[in-house]
Amino acid sequence: MAKKNEEKMITVYIMGKAYRVPFGLTIMKAMEYSGYRFIRGSGCRAGFCGACATVYRKKGEYKFRTALACQTTAEDGMYLAQLPFVPANRNEYDINKINPEKNILSEYYPEINRCVSCNTCTKSCPQDLDVMYYIQAAIRGDYKEVSAMSFDCIQCGLCTARCPAEITHYHVAQLARRVYGKYYSKTPEHLLRRIEEIEEGKFDKEIERLKSMNRKELEKTYVERDLQKLPRGEVNGE
Amino acid sequence: MTEVIQISEKSKDFLKKVEEISGEVITLCEQCGICTTSCPMAEDMDVSPSNIMRLVQIGDEGVLETKAIWFCASCFTCTVRCPRGIDLAKVTEALRQINLRKNTDYLDINRMDESEVEDLPTIALVSSMRKYTG
Amino acid sequence: MKKFPYYPGCTLKQAAKHFETSAIASAEAMDIELVEIQKWNCCGAVASLTADDMMHHVAPIRNLVRVQEMNEKGMVDNEYRLVVFCSMCFNVLKRSAKRVKEDADMLKTINDFMDTEEDYEGNVEVKHFLEILDEIGFDSLTRRVKKPLKGLKISAYYGCTLLRPRGIGIDDPEAPSIMERFIEALGGEVVDNPYKSLCCGSYHTVGGNKELVAERAYKIINGARDNGADMMITSCPLCAFNLDDRQELTKKIHPDFQHMPVLYFTQIMAMAMGMEDRAGLDGNHIDARPLLRERKLLEG
Repeated sequence: MAKKNEEKMITVYIMGKAYRVPFGLTIMKAMEYSGYRFIRGSGCRAGFCGACATVYRKKGEYKFRTALACQTTAEDGMYLAQLPFVPANRNEYDINKINPEKNILSEYYPEINRCVSCNTCTKSCPQDLDVMYYIQAAIRGDYKEVSAMSFDCIQCGLCTARCPAEITHYHVAQLARRVYGKYYSKTPEHLLRRIEEIEEGKFDKEIERLKSMNRKELEKTYVERDLQKLPRGEVNGE
Repeated sequence: MTEVIQISEKSKDFLKKVEEISGEVITLCEQCGICTTSCPMAEDMDVSPSNIMRLVQIGDEGVLETKAIWFCASCFTCTVRCPRGIDLAKVTEALRQINLRKNTDYLDINRMDESEVEDLPTIALVSSMRKYTG
Repeated sequence: MKKFPYYPGCTLKQAAKHFETSAIASAEAMDIELVEIQKWNCCGAVASLTADDMMHHVAPIRNLVRVQEMNEKGMVDNEYRLVVFCSMCFNVLKRSAKRVKEDADMLKTINDFMDTEEDYEGNVEVKHFLEILDEIGFDSLTRRVKKPLKGLKISAYYGCTLLRPRGIGIDDPEAPSIMERFIEALGGEVVDNPYKSLCCGSYHTVGGNKELVAERAYKIINGARDNGADMMITSCPLCAFNLDDRQELTKKIHPDFQHMPVLYFTQIMAMAMGMEDRAGLDGNHIDARPLLRERKLLEG
């Protein structure tokens, strides 16, 4: 029995020290199994929050790989190190006071103009975003393109850690999305309509009813809830 | 009386380094001064282009501290006129690079006024970053 | 319409939109369709000059791979001539293309580095639009002119990157004539400027050296004015910024200075081709329209 278990064990090197861990664990769990505790640098454990950026090399490979520790399976012979945080400045701006006609992205993050198109950012992105091309779009002030291309960014910071031009990609993309959202994207009419309805008190009675329920009643209501089916096209107002 | 300049091994190493990075044979320069008379920036430089060449020839690392190497705008006027076929633009680029590769930037963009940056065309930002930051 | 791969460059998408609008119109007038290369990246202006630097050639070469792909996908028909309008992009792309063509080891290193791209084969020819016009023939240009620029005194400003260094520049660096032939073909009157290839100060416009640029503008623009020019033309967005937008600063330093319109060469071409509406005349800092109306070249 012990022998069988032993066959399923692999060796990983965490910051240079060898540990035997069961096969099949994620990098994060392999590190925890080895005795490391995550106080920071870990969040949803489901690939959405971007807190657990990790760097590693596989056995016999020259490639320096990047991933989310909660989403990647540890393999035998891997060299592991967790990135607790990627230092980056988010420059201060007032989205209501900027002039979107100007090159806002260059103004707040002029270092984007240092991009050498090496593509390292794209290769390091665990979300498979085309990071280099959204930075290129940022250089030419194309907010729409940056917004669309960076939409799935979870701000893990791996691109930023790897960039030879020292760009903070995800902050640039966030600014682009904010500028686009504020000045260019279509006004979500359904949202405005709903805000009006809330202000008019349409849902006050329902909220009061929910607030008066005990935990059990609330759970029952949740399970039996009627999922509203929106007509096609009304979901995002576009 | 003739003064003989002794070029130390360290100076020779510096000359060699500049030749390697620039890819130019700097010892070919015979100090005719055509580069200096052609240079649109010469009047603003603390050391003229031909002086830069001389300083590199004798391996004087003080050339790295001159303002002149940053005033060169890579307009290639000296390059097309040098009778010895030296591409001086590559030499000043090498000197700037020796500085920039020490992880010291010549221009700190973060210290520039934001309203000024927003009016600059992309081409100006990209090219200044290339020339002034490492 | 003959299709050409086309590289716009970052500034043509922003500060120099009027350059791109008029460029596309000018090309159309010559039966040329400019097919913008997909997912292009900044050329990395200015050209990297050191012998040991490869990194800064990656950006230009990546764009050349895109041209290769366009041919493979049939977006253009076996056309490896890449058309560029911006002098700086032209210079940078051509230098890198030439460098890897002459250095197979360097090409291999760059290809190995760009492991997410297909290999660059070295077949792309970087061409400035003026060269394409010259290849077609300026007489053909003249035949297509609908509104000759009669009586308009135009001075060519070449700047640096269109002419230098030798082997990259599109004309004799000491005695260029291509822009003058272009002006003549459009029916304009050529005015010489002794400073037509004097550096405008380039990227010194960024940081603490703006005055140096404004002084260059003073010298260059007065060189044209002293010979009687109404306006200057250029093909470089950085020269255009330094000579057009920086005129305010020039005026501040030299109160005697008189403003002069500085246009992109494609703007006067679009006008001569009867496409004033696409000449982007509202894009210049110093408005050329009052002058053009006065010369009866523009209505209203």
